[in-house]
Amino acid sequence: MNLATLVVGLAVATALWSGVQALNQQARTSYDRAAAVFGEAGARSIVSASGLFVPQETYVALRRAGWKVSPVLEGTVRIGGVSYRLIGVEPLTVSKGSPVAGLATGADLEGFLQAPGRTLVASETLAELGAVEGARPRTDGAHSLPPLVKADAVAPGLLVVDIGAAQEILGRPGQLTRLVADAADRHEEAHLVGIAGRTLRIEKAEEAGDLARLTDSFHLNLTAFGLLAFIVGLFIVHASIGLAFEQRLATLRTLRAVGAPLWLLLAVLVGEVVLLALVAGALGMIAGYLIAAALLPDVSASLSGLYGAHVGGHLVIEARWWLSGLGMALAGALLASAMSLFKVYRLPLLAVAKPLAWREAQHAQLLRQGVFAVLCLLIALAAFLWGRGLVAGFAVIAGVLLGAALLLPLGLVAVLRLGERQASGALAQWFWADTRQQLSGLSLALMALLLALSANVGVGTMVEGFRKTFTGWLDERLNSEIYFDASSIEDARFIESWLGGEPRVTAVLPVWKAETRIKGWPVDVYGTRDHATYRGHFSLLGHTDDAWDRVRDGGGALISEQLARRMGLALGSVISIPTPDSVWDIPVVGFYPDYGNPKGQVRVNVDHLTRHFRDARRTSYSLRVAPGAAPAVIQRMQAELGAKLARVVDQASLKAMSTRIFERTFAVTGALNTLTLIVSGIALFASLLTLSDLRLTQLAPVWALGVTRRRLADLEIGKLLVLAAITAVLAVPLGLVLAWCLVAIVNVQAFGWRLPFHVFPMQWVVILISALATAFLAAIIPVIRLQRTAPQDLMKVFANER
Amino acid sequence: MSVRAIVVLFAITALAWGVERAGAGGFAGLGDSASGFADVVPGKSLSFPEDFGAHPDYRIEWWYVTANLKDADGNAYGVQWTLFRQALSPGPEREGWASQQVWMGHAAVTSAKEHRFAETLARGGIGQAGAKAHPFHAWIDDWSFVSTESANASGLGSTLLTAKGADFSYSLALKTGYAPALQGDNGYSRKSERGQASYYYSQPFFEVSGTLTLSGRSIAVTGQAWMDREWSSQPLAADQKGWDWFSLHLPGGDKLMLFQLRGADGDFYRAGSWIGADGRTSVLDAADIALTPLAQKDVAGRRLPISWKVVVKSRGLSIETKPLNAESWMATIFPYWEGPVRFSGSHAGVGYLEMTGY
Repeated sequence: MNLATLVVGLAVATALWSGVQALNQQARTSYDRAAAVFGEAGARSIVSASGLFVPQETYVALRRAGWKVSPVLEGTVRIGGVSYRLIGVEPLTVSKGSPVAGLATGADLEGFLQAPGRTLVASETLAELGAVEGARPRTDGAHSLPPLVKADAVAPGLLVVDIGAAQEILGRPGQLTRLVADAADRHEEAHLVGIAGRTLRIEKAEEAGDLARLTDSFHLNLTAFGLLAFIVGLFIVHASIGLAFEQRLATLRTLRAVGAPLWLLLAVLVGEVVLLALVAGALGMIAGYLIAAALLPDVSASLSGLYGAHVGGHLVIEARWWLSGLGMALAGALLASAMSLFKVYRLPLLAVAKPLAWREAQHAQLLRQGVFAVLCLLIALAAFLWGRGLVAGFAVIAGVLLGAALLLPLGLVAVLRLGERQASGALAQWFWADTRQQLSGLSLALMALLLALSANVGVGTMVEGFRKTFTGWLDERLNSEIYFDASSIEDARFIESWLGGEPRVTAVLPVWKAETRIKGWPVDVYGTRDHATYRGHFSLLGHTDDAWDRVRDGGGALISEQLARRMGLALGSVISIPTPDSVWDIPVVGFYPDYGNPKGQVRVNVDHLTRHFRDARRTSYSLRVAPGAAPAVIQRMQAELGAKLARVVDQASLKAMSTRIFERTFAVTGALNTLTLIVSGIALFASLLTLSDLRLTQLAPVWALGVTRRRLADLEIGKLLVLAAITAVLAVPLGLVLAWCLVAIVNVQAFGWRLPFHVFPMQWVVILISALATAFLAAIIPVIRLQRTAPQDLMKVFANER
Repeated sequence: MSVRAIVVLFAITALAWGVERAGAGGFAGLGDSASGFADVVPGKSLSFPEDFGAHPDYRIEWWYVTANLKDADGNAYGVQWTLFRQALSPGPEREGWASQQVWMGHAAVTSAKEHRFAETLARGGIGQAGAKAHPFHAWIDDWSFVSTESANASGLGSTLLTAKGADFSYSLALKTGYAPALQGDNGYSRKSERGQASYYYSQPFFEVSGTLTLSGRSIAVTGQAWMDREWSSQPLAADQKGWDWFSLHLPGGDKLMLFQLRGADGDFYRAGSWIGADGRTSVLDAADIALTPLAQKDVAGRRLPISWKVVVKSRGLSIETKPLNAESWMATIFPYWEGPVRFSGSHAGVGYLEMTGY
């Protein structure tokens, strides 16, 4: 039984850790493949300075001026409601290092170029589409894709077609999104100006790496969760290895006494741990794979919602993953058994087994744990006071959690003593005293439970807080009834004047945008018009008194919280915004929350935006319309504006979409949370199971005094529920500390924005109930076993008593 | 000049139809799938300037210029400029990216010690590459072969030839007073005993002056150039596996073009023409031509006959050719050997040699 516990513990710990690692690895592989479509990572691209399209004539002009560039048109198509990234490429000119370049020397170039063409997809995408090679899925825009062909170099979620087909499917004849330069091309940006004026710019290679950088914090959060689960698992392993060694101490002593050398004993014991670790680790890896496969859809939904990154729906496992997982299992098992091995090493040869030794041992151990706990808390404090960055944030959390977990037995002992003092009657006193006696066997499992519960409280508090803040913020931010994009600047002008003749529209508000980089960080600069919509509803975290007037007059900018934090900007500081021609210095007059945005944001007056960014994207607008008129207005716009309208969406669907992304993002967190709770339940179960045989010695005398087995069983469950309840109550403040760390340290470091801290007492009730339920479920089998123990077995205890 | 025909054909075809297909069936696919493309028929008379431009109804076509040049110190150089066109399917040319035309350019500069080459590809229909008859202009990317005559002139009397690779470039003025020389039967050139043929004319009388850049050095050069123009829909026999082709500038201003298509079972299809300094072309009888490989050399992992004994009995010509640079290997998508040669014997001079299928 002890063996089973050990294996289960280690397997579960390894499973959660390796599951998370598999998810991270999958995501990274997907980013790399997505980045590699156009050649070795780091290839330069030429893009429109205004963020719109590059005319095809410009491509031809550049080629005829000797630029080794290849045209690309990117866009999104929806097939059966699911979004896919469509990329149109030109195989004859594409860089030789790219996966699609293989076509130019490969077998099917003609098929790719000539109608109906080919759609190259990863096998994962083929499976997601539920299609076979040669099929021609229809997009929701009623275009048939060219026949599908499997190409494993293509990233999942990507549809690669010929540039001509892409222009047709995306409705962008003569338009391109980027020109990818061959690695050998050494033309300078100045040369570009001579050919295409200032309409183009060279996108540096590092911009392409944004995806990996932006998603780093997300992956770090996942890793932290995996590590937490792993540590919880190690508690189980430590407990069972400790028990196993404890049980064998007598045998080991005998072996030493008859002359077995110490090194041989130690070698055999280490060998045993290694073997067990490898077996359990392998089982854990398999379970980890299953966990990762189950969580993958949510993870990929989160990533695509937050960052637009597509992660393949089919898990690919690399050898490295196996090695690192097994390595973790081995290191964990050795770490967990270190204390026990040390005990064997120091084993006094002649000491006799002492009855009631537990009491002394417990006392000493509690003391040691207390010291260690204080140490952990001090480390946390130090990290909090002097640490910088995300790693320090996690160090604070780890120190607090570990310190609190180690203090738990002390706290429990104190509460139980209190109970014992209050108790009247022999049975009640026995109940409290025996609970306390049982503590040394259960304390590790209870620590695991404490960690799992406080993680639940902490993460629950953060997620609920985020939900509350986020929905409130969405209501404020999405203050217009309709949002639309025009297909071109000319179309935008047309639509603007057309809307002038629509009586139900009360305001047409431009949301024009330019993209720039401040100290290497991507920043969107938005231009808006002064309007009551913003003054009344756009909430600011901090602002000068005349903020809106100064924005209107072009004398000030509002910046997002992320940008302010990252650049260390305060009210009144001047922000330097690089424009195509020079640098635009403008004072900061306010900060606003911009939850979830991985880029920085600046808001200025629209006229000043276009003055500094002549090529700003002037195609996005928001509309205020009379109450209830939005659906009718949208319908009329779609009917009469046709292709001039690139996109139109009402406030309600935009909100629903944002909320959906939010929910998916935290679905993963929730799932990992639940799994951690289950692990702690297993730890409790395992400890109870190993203890139940030993417990007979304690229970038999009570039974002999006339307490029925049924009553004993009830008392056993009662004891555990008391322990669980105390643990849960202690978990709440710890969880709140954790939540505060997440909100005030980790989130700020990872995403650059801080959430208001809210407290949700109803959650605590749920936590208490789930703690009791966990304890009850863990206790039920051992207790049933106890209840079914035959009277003669209970009698035997007296016969065997030492 | 069928030699080039085949290079081009094989190059673009391998590219477009897949190496497997071409490999498995030899060139068989080309022999019988010309349906839908315009046929090459005897008796059609070529007309200029129209035939300087592209013939999109035919499957394949090329503009092929080779030049033998010298610098002020007497060092020899060779220059190649080639534009290939292939239609992937028959029918009127479609607009934009849907165009079935694919273009490919090869350019090279060769000296006794260096051989630099470049290759580029382009789709038709968007203006990245093309060929117009009047005023003459053939181009791909920043490489061009363009008439520099006044707008109302309609020949190739004065042209500018430019190309650029990663480590070389050239800009050469080509001038001639000669009319194009029609190959074969008034421009109808047979390529096998079974009737495969192409339309084929040459301009071997270009006088060249200009500069080339090689390894960062700019070098003023002068010399002579030879242009071949050919288009067809079905130029190869199934069992032909490669070819050897010569264009030679003879003393006294005569020009000699010779080729042999090597059959799979060791037989040859040979043809040639002797173009007098007066511009008059005489077709050579196959039996009159003897081409014998002399020295063999390993180039790019293949064994190539880099020296040849060339005999045209009726003209009293018996020469040996030697390459300027034996490493004139074009490691392009479909690789071949093409480079300047010099010859001695009954006649002495310079020219170009192309060898494929080794």
